[in-house]
Amino acid sequence: MYDIISKEHLNDSVAKMIILAPRVAAKAQPGQFVILRAGEDSERLPLTIVDSDTTQGSITLIFQLVGAGTMELDCLDAGDSLHDFVGPLGRPTALSAIRHACVVGGGVGCAISYAIAKALKKQGAIVHSVIGFREKGLVIMEDDFRAVSDVIRILTDDGSYAEKGLVTDALEDLILQGNHYDEVIAIGPLIMMKYVCLVTKKYGIKTTVSMNTTMVDGTGMCGGCRLTVGGIMKFACVDGPDFDGHLVDFDEAISRGSMYREWELRARDNACNLFSHEVN
Amino acid sequence: MKTQMKMPRAPMPAQDPGERIHNFYEVALGYTEDMAVLEAQRCLRCKSRPCVAGCPVGIDIPAFIDAIAKGEFESAYRILRRDTVLPAVCGRVCPQETQCECVCVRGIKGDSVAIGRLERFAADWHMQHVTEEASRVLSNGKKVAVVGSGPSGLTCAGELRKMGYEVTVFEALHQAGGVLVYGIPEFRLPKMIVQNEVELLVAQGVRIALNEVVGRTVTVDELFSMGYGAVYLASGAGLPKFMGIPGENLKGVYSANEYLTRVNLMKAYEVTSHTPIMKSDRVAVVGGGNVAMDAARSARRLGAQVHIIYRRGKEELPARREEVEHGEEEGIIFHFLRNPLRILGDSQGWVTAVDTIQMTLGEPDESGRRRPVEVPGSAETLPIDTLIMALGTRANPLLLEATPGLDESSWGGILTNSETGLTSRAGVFAGGDVVTGSATVILAMGAGKRAAGAIHAYLKSK
Repeated sequence: MYDIISKEHLNDSVAKMIILAPRVAAKAQPGQFVILRAGEDSERLPLTIVDSDTTQGSITLIFQLVGAGTMELDCLDAGDSLHDFVGPLGRPTALSAIRHACVVGGGVGCAISYAIAKALKKQGAIVHSVIGFREKGLVIMEDDFRAVSDVIRILTDDGSYAEKGLVTDALEDLILQGNHYDEVIAIGPLIMMKYVCLVTKKYGIKTTVSMNTTMVDGTGMCGGCRLTVGGIMKFACVDGPDFDGHLVDFDEAISRGSMYREWELRARDNACNLFSHEVN
Repeated sequence: MKTQMKMPRAPMPAQDPGERIHNFYEVALGYTEDMAVLEAQRCLRCKSRPCVAGCPVGIDIPAFIDAIAKGEFESAYRILRRDTVLPAVCGRVCPQETQCECVCVRGIKGDSVAIGRLERFAADWHMQHVTEEASRVLSNGKKVAVVGSGPSGLTCAGELRKMGYEVTVFEALHQAGGVLVYGIPEFRLPKMIVQNEVELLVAQGVRIALNEVVGRTVTVDELFSMGYGAVYLASGAGLPKFMGIPGENLKGVYSANEYLTRVNLMKAYEVTSHTPIMKSDRVAVVGGGNVAMDAARSARRLGAQVHIIYRRGKEELPARREEVEHGEEEGIIFHFLRNPLRILGDSQGWVTAVDTIQMTLGEPDESGRRRPVEVPGSAETLPIDTLIMALGTRANPLLLEATPGLDESSWGGILTNSETGLTSRAGVFAGGDVVTGSATVILAMGAGKRAAGAIHAYLKSK
């Protein structure tokens, strides 16, 4: 069992959880992920690591309440514990050669891109951050990003907070201002990463994306996390989750990502009914 | 003697096919005591004992069968346990027809003795009638780490514990058993049986550490610095193989590993499961091994019409004969000598059909089997909504990458001395699928047993 040290909601649909897992914390590096199971019969839920604390022996996760799995996780609080917690899985993000980067985050993906921005800052790189959200109420980690960014651009789709626009607009703007990035690291919805890659390809800037695909075991056994990178079949759990964004077949990944959408919707409705029933 | 020779092989009672395609309960129901005694009496107790040589773990087959014939069922179990830590598993999943039973003298004229069924009987009888008193061998103070809790790892751990070693088994998943729990379906190997065998090992003092990925959570080098004197790597199958044909990433295409893991380990067949699986009407399974049969029969139980596409003929099917027969009884449709060319999908990315081509068997290839060759102009389209690739596995790169000094074999697995399982690093042994590629439970167990002996010799001399 893995104890939950703390839990808070960052907004209506995003929660932050700190979990005691010293053996995972001792090894965790930015870009890697864990797989957890909330209860004895829960699904295996892959989540990218946001932060790790070797002194406390803890791992920080931030997740959006999208499906039954994350909603079930959200039913747990500080003092409760997770049934299973395994990691760190996947390869760490290769950051050491980067001296000037632009980190792009979208929605809950900002949680993970923050981990990258923080690591880059720590190694002395110049960090520009571009973070985007649908609307004001969904903005997370603004202060965290400010603390590690030399330049920061915050955007909302509807203009209800900060700049109105998409992350791709601000990124292209920064590039046109003459910023020379060794690398752009984009983490967010697949569609966002796809369009970020279209922009950076135009300017020939190396771009790394984090592919959060469907998976079961997460250790190179089931093959559910496969995607096409440069025309070759790759597996997010052992070859990734980071890939060269200019080589990723995003359209295929977007399609595959919708495989269980109907099932998820049904499961979520059931979960919602169940949880509201429990509250009443 | 004469009556003994006339006795036919006792058939295995089984769930009715019409009924069992609607449930995941075990298909073969097992011999009764009377059936087992009668079947055991068919053994001629021949001097040459070819069956023992045919068994990868060298079970004293005539001795345990003799005990059954005398009605001494517990003593039959004890004889089995001397050489295998998983008798209830082996009795169910071993390919006896290519190992012990195919060399049985009774098989020269007529049917061989049903060795596997008798093994299962003795193990089940023990489980139902005897409460095991956990005999804990005193520790010799030496620690061994076993990586992976599949058949190879469990066997190695059990053998080493018997010799007094303190053994910890590191398992990446949340449940112990490896392929026995994620791969082989409930209807062929009830999970309770595996759990029972694992619990027995734990009661004997084997420690099992779940949710530990060696190579990620902890490295082999760290295991040595934690005081383990030797490490046995039995992490099993790697990434699933695909064919490299168009359409393999369409929605509705699975590897057998993924399909079976969702169904077995994550219990997707239960309505209450939190893990999704496709609701399929027409499924094609590509391949002809046990894994292909398991995937096909699982899909059948989930309500689909199921087609097996195999590029060789019925005679060449590598699956256990019993699984093929059971599959046929359950209405699985076999397409022999056919091979997929491409998988077709709709505008939303869902599988709609598979194009296949007729094959004919040409000259033998390096495996000695006749190589299938395409027959031009014989393409056919099979409408489906799900396709499962059951073509075996490639190597898992994780351990090799994370362990300096570990040599890779020609196919990308771990290179070992085939006698001892020793790798290119002192104190590091390996066996099972991680060394051989996809093989059988019993071969993996045989490797685990040999490695246990080699580890003992290594640590004794230290």
